[in-house]
Amino acid sequence: MSDAAGRWALEIDGLDVHYGRVHALRGLSLTVGEGEIITLLGNNGAGKTSTLATVSGVVRSTGGTVRAFGRDITKAKPWEIVGAGVVHVPEGRRIFSRLTVHENLQLGGYLVSDKAVVGRRIDEVYALLPRLAERRNQQGGNLSGGEQQMLAVGRALVAKPKLLMLDEPSMGLAPLVVTQIMKLIRQINADGTSVLLVEQNARAALKIAHRAYVVENGVITLQGAARELRRDSRVVEAYLGA
Amino acid sequence: MTQLLWNGLFVGSFYALVALGYTMVYGIIRLLNFAHGDLYMLGAFVGFGVLSVAGGLATGLGFVALLIVMLIAMLVTGTAGLLLERVAYRPLRGAPRLSVLITAVGASFALEYGMRLVAGPNPEVYPVRLAGDPVNLLGARITIQQASLIVIAVLLMAGLQWLVMGTETGRAMRAISQDPTAALYMGINVDAVIARTFFIGSALAGAAGVMAGGYYGKIDFLMGFVIGLKAFTAAVIGGIGNVKGAMLGGLTLGLLESIGTHWIGGQWRDVFAFTFLIIFLTLRPTGILGERVTERV
Repeated sequence: MSDAAGRWALEIDGLDVHYGRVHALRGLSLTVGEGEIITLLGNNGAGKTSTLATVSGVVRSTGGTVRAFGRDITKAKPWEIVGAGVVHVPEGRRIFSRLTVHENLQLGGYLVSDKAVVGRRIDEVYALLPRLAERRNQQGGNLSGGEQQMLAVGRALVAKPKLLMLDEPSMGLAPLVVTQIMKLIRQINADGTSVLLVEQNARAALKIAHRAYVVENGVITLQGAARELRRDSRVVEAYLGA
Repeated sequence: MTQLLWNGLFVGSFYALVALGYTMVYGIIRLLNFAHGDLYMLGAFVGFGVLSVAGGLATGLGFVALLIVMLIAMLVTGTAGLLLERVAYRPLRGAPRLSVLITAVGASFALEYGMRLVAGPNPEVYPVRLAGDPVNLLGARITIQQASLIVIAVLLMAGLQWLVMGTETGRAMRAISQDPTAALYMGINVDAVIARTFFIGSALAGAAGVMAGGYYGKIDFLMGFVIGLKAFTAAVIGGIGNVKGAMLGGLTLGLLESIGTHWIGGQWRDVFAFTFLIIFLTLRPTGILGERVTERV
């Protein structure tokens, strides 16, 4: 949890993003404290994915600032942002389906020049996710949905993120697998990584998050401690069902 | 018959070297770089220029000189490919594919007629010919130099295969060819890797250009046009975007041409090659090694 003296892993301040004439983010602000799990909730098209893609430098903002660990990364290149310890597990997993599981993991360590370090980290990922070790020489595309999600997370871990951003990791997965993924995220966080979790599955996300934000039409409309938002009638109605 | 096979292998290895650049560039940014054949032409002319300047030195050394010249030509064409990407293609990243394709055709003309301005419209005679004394090898007459050039071509291809399958850069290339955005999330400097791909592909074309100069003995500013089409054919036959496929496609096309023209006459060579392409594409549109896309979402 963040405390008064704690530093911010991520500070997004007044972020604007335009896609042509579509104003996707309208002055969105949020923070992730070091060691926190923050979840960003919202419906399709509310601006969740845009927020993450902008932090990653893949989408360019038209206004506002993004700071990671005190450093301004608003205009940084995507690889500089990964180098700064901010790693993104994109929506739909986007593993390299014609590369092997092992090669996918190696790519996670692309920016690490000492390949022995990459090898050790891959071993750690295999220890954490034994299913991946069993399938290390298979093509990524042959994995099941849950395994692909594990691979996407494992691949990000090889980069040794200080802030891990996950975009809808539960999408399309069976409830049991969703539970596993959430457990994995909690474990990664317990090892000291800050987490920004974008989810449509608000119930699962609020269970593991410390704080939560709700985004609608590109602005934050609601925020607070996760356990309070779980009881907030507006959240219950809109995102948790009756 | 053995002679025909040798000739086919020889021409086929030119096709393969040029096809590799085609297929690599297509694989990584889905661009048919129509200026690629002209980099082969540029390589031949750079070799010609260097050999002319080095003059008397070269004639005595023959083969070794050709090797050194080949290296220089590879560096120059590689750099030219780098510039081409930077000036003509990178600004159009994200533009509609047709715009980029038209730019590629424009770049091709710019290279061809740029060379015409510099070197003039008349064919030049290559200062080094791979004549030598032919030896009898399995019933074919072939010079040691010719055989060595095939070996060099094979080494270049093996080196490329190693680069693509066994190195970090190759892994990044394959990743970008599948999903450039996801490659960005890995921290891959996509622009830098694409530039490297252009350099390598263009350098291979340059090497083939020098080899062709030494083999045919004559070069001109339009020599890249037909081989560009042939290499494109070879890349497609092999399965465009597939490195092994380009090698296989190049050798296949070279052998088919060599044997085909023996039967139906040299003037039908190009007709034969492109007819084969059409028939082949009808029967197997993905090429010899083309991937059948089976991806689970």
